[in-house]
Order: sequence, then structure tokens, then C-alpha cells
Amino acid sequence: MHPALSIIFFTTASGAGYGLLVLLAWGALVGHLAPQFGLGLCAFATSLGLVGAGLLSSLGHLGHPERAWWALTQWRSSWLSREGVMAILTFLPALTFAGLWILDGTVSRPAAALAILGAAVTTICTAMIYASLKPVRAWRNLWTVPIYLVLALYTGALLMELLLNAFGLRGPFIPFLVAVAGIAGAILKTGYWAFLDGGRSSSTPETATGLGAIGNVKMLDPPNTEENYLLKEMGYRVARKHATRLRAIVLVLGFIVPIALSVLTLYVSPAAATLFSLVAVISGALGILAERWLFFAEAKHTVTLYYGASKA
Amino acid sequence: MTDLPKTPGSKKLGLVIDLDICVGCHACAVNCKEWNDGGHMAPLTDLDPYGKDVSGVWFNRVHSFEAGDHECGRTVHFPRSCLHCEAPDCVTVCPTGASYKREEDGIVLVNAETCIGCKLCSWACPYGAREFDEIDGVMKKCTLCIDRIYNETMDEVDRVPACVSTCPVSARHFGDLGDPESKVSKLVAARGGMDLMPELGYRPVNKYLPPRSAREQKAPPLRPSEEVAAKGFLAWLDRMLSR
Amino acid sequence: MSLLNPPDRIDFSAPSADEVKTTTCYMCACRCGIKVHLKEGKVRWIEGNRDHPVNKGVLCAKGSAGIMQHNSPARLRKPLLRTGERGSGEFREIEWDEALQLATGWLADIRKTDPRKLAFFTGRDQSQALTGWWASAFGTPNYAAHGGFCSVNMAAAGLYSIGGSFWEFGEPDWEHARYFLMFGVAEDHASNPIKIGLGKLKGRGAKFVSVNPVRTGYSAIADEWIGVRPGTDGMLVLALIHELLKADKIDAEYLVRYTNAPWLVIRAPGKSDDGLFARDEKGRPLCWDKRRSAVGDALSAEVTPALAGTYTLPDGRMAVPSFQLLAERYLDPAYAPEKAAAITGVSAETIRRLAAELAQVAFSETVTLDIPWTDWAGRRQEKMIGRPVAMHAMRGISAHANGFHTCRAIHLLQMLLGTIDVPGGFRFKPPFPRPAPPAVKPAGKPGQIAPGQAMKGPPLGFPAGPEDLLVEADGRAARLDKAYSWEAPIAAHGLMHLVVRNAWAGDPYPIDTLFMYMANMSWNSAMNVPETLAMLTDKDASGAYKIPHIIYSDAYASEMVSYADLVLPDTTYLERWDCISLLDRPISDADGPADAIRQPIVKPDRDVRPFQDVVLDLGARLGLPGMVNEDGSSKYPGGYPDYLVRHERAPGIGPLAGWRGADGGGQGAGAVNPGQLDRYVENGCFWRHELKADQRYFKHANASYLAFAKSVGFVGSTDPIVLQLYVEPLQKFRLAAQGHGPVQPPDPLRARVEKFFDPLPIWYPPFEHETADDFPVSALTQRPMAMYHSWGSQNAWLRQIHGANRLYVGRRLAEREGITDDDWVWIESRLGKVKAQVRLMDGVNPDTVWTWNAIGKRSGAWSLRPDAPESERGFLLNHLIGDVLADGSPNADPVTGQAAWYDLRVRLSKADGAPRSEPRLPTLPRPPGISEPPSVLRYGSRFRGRA
Repeated sequence: MHPALSIIFFTTASGAGYGLLVLLAWGALVGHLAPQFGLGLCAFATSLGLVGAGLLSSLGHLGHPERAWWALTQWRSSWLSREGVMAILTFLPALTFAGLWILDGTVSRPAAALAILGAAVTTICTAMIYASLKPVRAWRNLWTVPIYLVLALYTGALLMELLLNAFGLRGPFIPFLVAVAGIAGAILKTGYWAFLDGGRSSSTPETATGLGAIGNVKMLDPPNTEENYLLKEMGYRVARKHATRLRAIVLVLGFIVPIALSVLTLYVSPAAATLFSLVAVISGALGILAERWLFFAEAKHTVTLYYGASKA
Repeated sequence: MTDLPKTPGSKKLGLVIDLDICVGCHACAVNCKEWNDGGHMAPLTDLDPYGKDVSGVWFNRVHSFEAGDHECGRTVHFPRSCLHCEAPDCVTVCPTGASYKREEDGIVLVNAETCIGCKLCSWACPYGAREFDEIDGVMKKCTLCIDRIYNETMDEVDRVPACVSTCPVSARHFGDLGDPESKVSKLVAARGGMDLMPELGYRPVNKYLPPRSAREQKAPPLRPSEEVAAKGFLAWLDRMLSR
Repeated sequence: MSLLNPPDRIDFSAPSADEVKTTTCYMCACRCGIKVHLKEGKVRWIEGNRDHPVNKGVLCAKGSAGIMQHNSPARLRKPLLRTGERGSGEFREIEWDEALQLATGWLADIRKTDPRKLAFFTGRDQSQALTGWWASAFGTPNYAAHGGFCSVNMAAAGLYSIGGSFWEFGEPDWEHARYFLMFGVAEDHASNPIKIGLGKLKGRGAKFVSVNPVRTGYSAIADEWIGVRPGTDGMLVLALIHELLKADKIDAEYLVRYTNAPWLVIRAPGKSDDGLFARDEKGRPLCWDKRRSAVGDALSAEVTPALAGTYTLPDGRMAVPSFQLLAERYLDPAYAPEKAAAITGVSAETIRRLAAELAQVAFSETVTLDIPWTDWAGRRQEKMIGRPVAMHAMRGISAHANGFHTCRAIHLLQMLLGTIDVPGGFRFKPPFPRPAPPAVKPAGKPGQIAPGQAMKGPPLGFPAGPEDLLVEADGRAARLDKAYSWEAPIAAHGLMHLVVRNAWAGDPYPIDTLFMYMANMSWNSAMNVPETLAMLTDKDASGAYKIPHIIYSDAYASEMVSYADLVLPDTTYLERWDCISLLDRPISDADGPADAIRQPIVKPDRDVRPFQDVVLDLGARLGLPGMVNEDGSSKYPGGYPDYLVRHERAPGIGPLAGWRGADGGGQGAGAVNPGQLDRYVENGCFWRHELKADQRYFKHANASYLAFAKSVGFVGSTDPIVLQLYVEPLQKFRLAAQGHGPVQPPDPLRARVEKFFDPLPIWYPPFEHETADDFPVSALTQRPMAMYHSWGSQNAWLRQIHGANRLYVGRRLAEREGITDDDWVWIESRLGKVKAQVRLMDGVNPDTVWTWNAIGKRSGAWSLRPDAPESERGFLLNHLIGDVLADGSPNADPVTGQAAWYDLRVRLSKADGAPRSEPRLPTLPRPPGISEPPSVLRYGSRFRGRA
């Protein structure tokens, strides 16, 4: 699948934003975080800013962004519609929670709880957009939703850690969470890649053409000699070598470096901790962007079976 | 509404494509392009039409495959277009309701005025039936020539999709696959018409007729004529052949 | 639907047109009837005309893409005069008056001095009845169309053997055939009729066998694919004949009734009459009448002719029936399946089985139609009984150096099985059959050409012997292309592919003006393109071009435009009158003669003129006989449509056969009808006469059909047309080579003529195959169904289907050569090398590679952007094909001169470097007046309507 930057940014940014929102709300709910103005302003700006920017970026992917509000109408069948509805609904408790935190210095417990719920459900909806697509084996599997959820929490935690360090609120919980979520994320991704490499779609050139009874089916000629929309959109191919290198980058930049830096923040000066967590965020961002790029680039669509792919 | 019709009608209009006689001439693809370029989904935009990266919107594309190995295999030409599935995810994934399946005949259409161009339907279609128009910013697709099949300004005989009326070998048939007594249904039954990627559960309405196994001409081996063997070319000497 | 979602506004009954006009397609040479739907004056939609005899309502990809051809940005807009060097593509636009005056000036000078110095050659012209007549009137023999590199082998072999041929002159009996054998056709001219026919044939469960090195196109749907080695089909067919003869599975009664099998051939080795038919004093051939034990009139119905035996003629000479010669030859073990297997790559077992199948269908599955008919001798036959084996062949047979004899071999097989013009077999399309060979002789012998004079006769015809050749006293060619010379005696279509070389070399004589129409002779219609370009631009010591003037007419900015001095822009096919005439290449089918017209559907938006109008205008300006009135004024001031209606080739015979006579009631022959074109338009732009049921088969010997054919001028008499197993004219050429008669070949050519002018079919390896040991692989080009010739690349829709071509290589061969899919390779012949990208496949003969024809384009041509895939990844094999062999003799069939471009042999090697094809020629500039092509095309948006 074509790795469209708008979608990569949308899913990663909104994931991190929701992750951060969840941690803010969770911290407030369990009383670990007092509603401090500066932290609140920065944290909510980051969280809701990322969510908002992600949504805006996803609009940029549309042929008719001005008609986007229609996308809220089909929640009964469409995960994309549900995602839109949930994203908007989540803004209600999130803004309430943020507003009271920043302006009033109070925590609205119902708003915080609803924000957590909304963020989680929205992230699940995002993941389900992909996980519901039968033609893409790389997406339609049990890995997709957990990975989206864990990575949202993980990237949110990286941001949270930076914020806490910046505001001198360092504590062991977030580095611990980064480590747990990060290790879980790395395990999930490793497992996912094994799943990806270890199997193939039940759809084959033979089932796609119905010609299996004759024998192996090989493409002789595509219908057009130049690439058409279908191939540009769904025929993206990433070289095996390139993908392997990127997977290593995901593990190193996305997980190992941020986790190590996070843990180290506990043992260095506050200034160094802030710097470490900043580097962790940057490294994590690069790693997770690469992860998401691969999520698209490595995903094969069954339509490629009509264009010479031997498996999907 | 992207919910599938709750009470789908019994009518299931669709195509039956005979892979046994398709010669891969692309007539259906180009005639489709020509009709629909000025039809309900007009235009079928072409980008860089005279340049390097030429690509355009086509509702029907003809692929060529080889099935089986070496000399024993077959070359099969394979037209591919929307199958107007009974369980079309391209419809249910649509967030705006622009993509819909008609209750009255099962045709899957896109309302170009409410499509937001998110392309999700093209991802949801395993068959590659959806074509994005970059300039219009909307998804386009085979309409089963909805502006022909009910067109009261046309002669009855012309009220079929353009790909069907133009096919030189008559490899394309149009009709109601929901009616077991229809010509197309009978053809499917007689020839073992098949679904593409049945494992995905989209339940395509369009059916493909598989290539028939080669017709064998039963012929006893030629035995040398005894007369010719004995007399050579003079074997024909004694025939009394009147004019 | 919820309120939020506005309903889809569908206009279910949007009218497709304000107006529908009929005309004839010109996207290839198939000539289907089309209905053009117009909306607000623009072409909205083109569909097949259901009433039309050719396509019956269907339309192919090319025809459907006509809108894009008609609106192509490569359309020329105004006459052009060269300003830079030839080939530079530098021109200035000029007015038509200036253009025509210039052309008239050049041509008038030539006509005054030596009319031969005009070489007038047309490519895919469909108005050869006009252009050939024009050339005669001008007085030059140097006229032809593109048949010399297309299919003259098929036409000549057919016309000399059975008085008809495949394609325009005949077709399989799609309704009744039970076994269909097709040779060497991927896709061809009879595009839609073949497809319609194959659909019917397979629907009926008939067996379809395709003999073709490549399993694409029609071969893909064959029940059996015989992946024969290129150029060896003839041997395969002769082996089938061997098997059938051996098993006595031939239709002896058919042979005796309808062929020259019983005609007595004189056996007098060394004498001047050896191998000729024994004839009586009236010239009628003789046979041995067994009942009377005496020679008899071979054309009489009252004889019982012998097919074998040696007989003494009344004058003492010895003679044998021609069938005996045939049987002697093909019963020889040299034609045994094992021998053929080694040559063709088809196993002996398969050959035997095919022979058995042919015999089974022909003799055990006969088709009987309960239609009484009367034979040539006036005898009523109760039924029409046929042997339902049909055959078809085309360029895969034609474009080999042994194509003439291979095609003859196929016709021989048809005759032996008794399947010519019988139910289920091959059927003639009127006006064929004609006597084999047709009586028309080529004009242009040395004495027949004089300054300022018309030639007495057409430039093209059918020599019946050496005396009909166009040669000087010393044996040199009289025509520029050397057609009808000893190098190519039966060059029935002329040899356009030799024109550029010979004009450049001044061999046999220099010319002044090369005038061409619709012929891309600087690209895909040329062999050895780089050398051809050098010849077109070569100058003599004085700095003058060796070919002094080149006039070219085309509707589009093809590669050839850049090599012209004067460009006359033609219209598109939707902007003109045209005629598909019975005098030319008609659209008849086996059940009736038919012809057709094109009418202008829209007016040109450019300063262009139909070529035919221009030709008539030039003719009038030059004062050519037949084109001016006595007062010197133009005879056809209304141009081509005026000519179509009022021109008479012979009294009552004009370009159009329908609605003749003052009242329009006549057909075939009749007085001029001023309203004729209106009648055509009313009838969908075609005319067809349906033959009566009893005239539809056995046309060569059917009294009722022959009477009809004579009445409309198709044939000169109602005599039966005897199918020629043994072709006597060939023997006449051979006798000349053996030293007999007044016209003899020059010594260097004697052995060649003697060898190849065999009156019975022979097989010999194509010359390139014999001389190319270092080049072990055959390389072929095929036509893709969606694109034809070079016309399609400018078509925004068709070029999406074929924007670049690959070299298709069999997986086994690729493995041997270490080549994988998508690799770039050098294709090397003895002339040079071409770089191309590989596509692997299974369905190809293991010793053969192939590609699609004419997809590769020169950068900048056809108004494509310079980096278009056509030039980046497309390529031509033409660069590698010689017009001459290594020894300088023509790379052609020695009988007809047909260019042997399917004989190409190459070797492959992996190529490094940039992934683009080579050789790369400099980008051609866009001619003046043609603007940059659009970057987005949304032609149909203007027609969208919403409910």
C-alpha cells in the first residue's frame, strides 16, 4: 500500500496525542498529577494539538476535504466514519478536562474518565479502519489493534516523560511505563513481522483469476504499460533489503534508544534528563514514523495479484 | 447509506464473462472508456495523456495471464471490472454514504457529489474495481452502464452495458443473475461460472466462465492406403471419376 | 437515504446524441460500419453499426478509441515547406495554393521529360483504385501501395492458385466449419470478422487449431496450439499432404471436377514445352479421358479424366496428369512427418494426428445443405455437400522468403481436401473468385512509357509469364522498385520497401520526386531504419539530395513528416468522403458483394484537405487524362465525392456498385446516379447485395453465381474458374531460366528463378535462417489487437494499453541465456543491435522471441512528449531487419519480392546501463502550428448530464 505521508502522520500523531491525553487523565484520576497551569497548557496543547494536526493532515488526504462532515454520517457501517465521530466526541470531555485543568486548576473526574475512554475508542477505530480491510492481510489480523493501542500509549508516554522532566516532575512511573509499553510494542511488532513473513493471504493469483484448475497462474501482460491509480495506490513495493533495514531502525530508534534513554533519565541530572527525554521523543518519533511507513509499505493488497504478484 | 440494503431485491444485474473465448482485444475496455467518458460518471480523466506517466480512469481493464506451465498451459485474457458484489465492503467502509448498493438491481455506485475522495473504498475492494479521479477528487467506477440499461431513448437491444454490446467474440453477457431462469444464470450453471476470490466472502454477482478444456477431435490414426502403398502414385490410375 | 446524504442524481435516459451519423471506421483496415453520436457538434460516442455486414454492431478497441484519434494533438494543421535540412523537422507553414503550385511544378517537369521520375507510393491507403488510376494517367509505372511488405505472398499465391485468397478475397465458413486451422495470425486486418467468427465457431464446439510460434491473441483461445518454428509452416503442411495422400484421404472427385489435377502436363525435359499443359489447337487444356481412352477436353463435363498414368498425346509427346506429378512429389519420404518434425519442431506424432483429424472431419463429418444448385455444366445438384475444414492464414505465412510457396501449400491442402468454397470450408468473397491468375497485366514496359503520355493500363497486375515482365532488353528492371523484374517477377502489389534504397542509389535509374501517402517509411514501415534515414538525407557531390524531392501526405505528425520537403496535411477519417470499392479492396463477405463509403461527420478545424481531393486537384492542374475536361477545366470540381459518383472505369462501372442507374435502381453496373452518395448515407454508408442461396457455394463452378458475377462485371465470362494445383505460369518462368523463350533472366539470376519457380509448392529454409548461424533465435513482430500499425501511439487511450513494448522470451530460452524477467537485453542481428526490456512467457516457440509491432516511437514524433515511454522503453525490430541479405540480394521472397521481415534472426545478451531502449535517435521537433499536448484530458466532461 502506498505510504501516504498524510496518513502516516495522522495515525502516529493522533496516536501519540491520545496516548498523552490518556496519561494526563489517568495521572489526574489517580492523583499523581496536580493540575498545574504550565504543564497543563503544554501537555494539552501537545496532546490535542497532535490529535488536531493529525485529523487536519488526514483531511489533506481527501479529494474533497470541504465535504468531510458527511463522513460523520455512516457510523453504523464504516470504521472511518466511527473514527471521525469518536474523534469529535472525544474532544468534548478532553476540552472540558483540559479547560478546567488550565483555567480552573481543577480536575473533572468524569471528563477525565470519558477522555480516556474516547481516546482509547478513537484509537481502536483508527486501527479498525485497517484491521477491517479483507484485501490486506498485513492489516486484517489480530495484531493491528493492539499495536495501535500500545504504540499510542508508548509514544504518549515518551511525550509525557519529556513534559514531566521539563517541568521538573520526574518520577519513576513514566520511565517504567515507557519501558513496559516499549517492550510490549517491540514484542508486538516483532511478532507482527513474523506473522507477516510467515504466511500469505489465502488469496492467490489462482483464486483471483479462478484459473487455478489449469495450473500456476503468471501474469503475461498488465492492462496498461504505465502504472495506473491502482498500482500507485495499492501496488507499492518495498525492497526486502530496505524493509529489513527499516525494521532494524524501528527497533533501535523506535524502541531501544528511547527505552534506554528513559531509564537513564532516572540517573542523571534534571537538565540531562530533559535532554535525554527530548532525544528519546525524537528518536521514538523517527522510529514510529518508520514503523508506520512500513505498516503501509509492506502491506500487500490482493489487487496486486492481478498485476504479477505471486502472493498478497 | 453505506449500510447494505436491508431487503435486497431479488434482482442482481451483472455480467458473465467467458474466459474461453476472450481474445484480449481490449474492445470492452476502450468502448467502456468511450461511453463512460461522456456518461454518468463523466469524465474518465487521463493524466499526462501524451507524456511519460500517462494514466487514466478506466472502469474495465484487460489483463493477460498464462495458466499452467510451458507448452501445456493456456494464455488467458482476463477483463477485470466491478463485480457488483452482494457483500461489498467498498460500500460499507464508505464514511459518507457516497458509495452505495442499489436495492432495486444490486448495482454498486458512487455518488460523485458526496464522495470525499478518501480512497478507502478502493482499499476495501479486493478486485481493484475502484478508480480515483485525481482532478475531480472523487472515486469513480463501473456503473454497469446505468445510463444505458434503463435508457428509454435507446432501442431495447442497445440497453446493455457498452462492453457487452461491443464485444466482438460475444464473450460478455449481461442479465439478472438473481433470476435462476435468466439466460445468464443458465449459462453460469451450464459452464461452471465462478466467483473471483470466493475466500474473501464478497460474493461477486459477476461470474467468470472458465476456459473449457480443449476440444479433442476423435480421429482414428490414418492407415496407409494399401493401394497407395502397393502402387504409389499410380494408385489413382484406375479410378473412374466423372466430372 | 438520510437527509444528510443527497441522493445520487442519475439521468437514466440521457440521450446519447443530438444526431447520429453513420460512416466507415478507419482505425485499421477492417473497415467496420460505425455510428457516430454527436452532441453539440462534438463526437460523443462511436459504436458499431448493427446493420453493417463487416462488424454487425461490434467494435474493437481501436474503433472505440476513434474519438481520441480524431482529436489527436498530433494532427497536422496546414501545409508545410521544409526550411532546414531534411530530417531536421524544420518547416514553415504555407498556403495550399503555394503547396499545390510547388507540387504541380515539380510534377509537370517530370511528366514532360520522363514520367518514371515520379515514384508515387501509398501506405495504408484505401483508395488505390484512385491512386493507381492517377499513376497510370500520369504515365509512371512507379506506383504501388504497401502490399510488398504486407501480404503480397498471400495475395499472389491465392490468386494464382484458386483465384481468390484469404482476407478480402475469402473467409472461413464460420457457420459450418467443424475444424479450423489458422496459420500465423495473431491479429490482423479482418479483425472483427475473425473475432465474431471465432466466437461462433467455439460456441458450436468446432475444433480450432492455431499454428503459430506465439500463443497470444487468437492462438490463446485455440483448442490446440502448434508452436511451430517460424518460416517452417510450409513443411508442416506438405507433411500433412504426404500423410493424406498416403492414406488416400483426398477428395479425388473434387479434384477432378474443380481443379487442374487431371490436366495433362507435357513431359519433355530440356524442351521449351516441358512442364506446360498440353492444349488443343484452341488452347484448351487436355486430359486423358478414360472412358474413350483418348485425350479429351479437360474443360468438358463429358470426360472421365485420369488422375494418373503416362499418356501419349496425338502429336507423340508424352504427358501425365498434373495430379500425378503432385502425388509423386509429396508421397516422397522427403515429406514424411519425421522429416518435417526436424524442421518445424512439431513432433511427427502430432503431424500424424493432425492429418488424421483433418481426414476425419473432411470425410466423416461432411456438411450437407439442402440447397439445390446448378453447376457450370448446367447440371442440377440436389444438395450442397461440404468438407467442413476451414483454414485461414495471413502475415505469419506471408512475410517469409518462402511465403509464396507456403501459402500455395496451404491452398493445395485445401484443394486436396475439397474444402474450397464448400459448406464448412473456405469461402470466396465476391468479386472473387476470378480466373487464376487474374487477366490484368502490369503496364509499364519500356515502350509503354512516354513523356506527357498516360500509361495504357494499370501499374499493377498479374504476369502470366516472362513476356509480361517489366524489364529492359538487357533484363534490368523497368520499375524503380524492381517489381515484375527477374528479382521479383510476381510482385503483384509492388515493392514499396525497396523504393527508398533504389531511389537513393539511382538503381535502376534516378528519380526526381518521391510522393508518398500514409506510409511511415522513415520508421516502422522501413527495414533497416538507420540506413534508410541516411539514404533519405544523403546528398551528392553537388550538395543536392540524392532523392531530390519528397512530397508526403499524412494527417498526423509521423516520423516521416520530418523527412519530407513538402507536407500536404490530410484530414482525419471523420472529416472526409472515402470509398471502399469493389475495384479495390472491398468489404464483401462470402454471402454477397458489398462496398462502403465514408462521409464527413464533422468539419475540419484546421487548414487541411482530404488527400484524395488533393490528388484529383493535382491531376487537374497537370491536365491528366480523365481528370480534365476538353477545355482543360477540372473534371471533378467537387473533388473526391464528385469523382466517386461520376467516374466510370468502364462503361457503367464506377467506384461504387450500389444504386447505379439514373433512378438508383441498378447495382453492380449501371449509369451514373447523381444521388448515389445520398443513397449510401441513407443505407448506413454501405451497399450490399445478398447472393441467392443457390449462389453461395461452389462459386467457381456455380452457373447461377457465375452468371451473376458476369452481369456485374466481376468476371469476363461464365466459364468455370479452375483451381490451380499446378501453376503453369511458374513453369513458364522456369523454362525461361532454362534458356527458353525471348525473355530470359540475366545469368546471375537463372539458377534462382529455376529453383524457386516450381509449379508445385516447395519448402526451403528462409534465406536469413541459412546464412545466420551466429544468430540462432528467430525474432518476430506481432500486431497487438488494441493498436494497429503506428497510428495508435498518438491516441491517449490506446497508448495507455501499449505505451511501450517488451521483448517476449520463452522461459526455457531465458534460462539458457541467463536472462530473467524485466532484464534489459541487447537483441543483435547481423545489421546491428537494439536494446529492449524482457518479459518472460511460456507460450512461445523455444527458439523464438517476439515483440509488438510499431509501438516504439522516435522521440518527439506523433506529438508525444520527448520522454514518452514509446521512445524511452519502446523499440523497433525494424532496425535489425535487412532489406538485403548479407550477399546483397533482396531479403525477399524470390517469387513475389515480398519483404521477408519475419525471417529475422538474432542473438541475445544481457545489457547494462540505463533502463531505456536503444538506439536513440535525436528528438524530432514538433512541426510548426502544432501546440504542446495537454497535460490533462477530460474530453467527455462536456457531455455530462445529471438528473
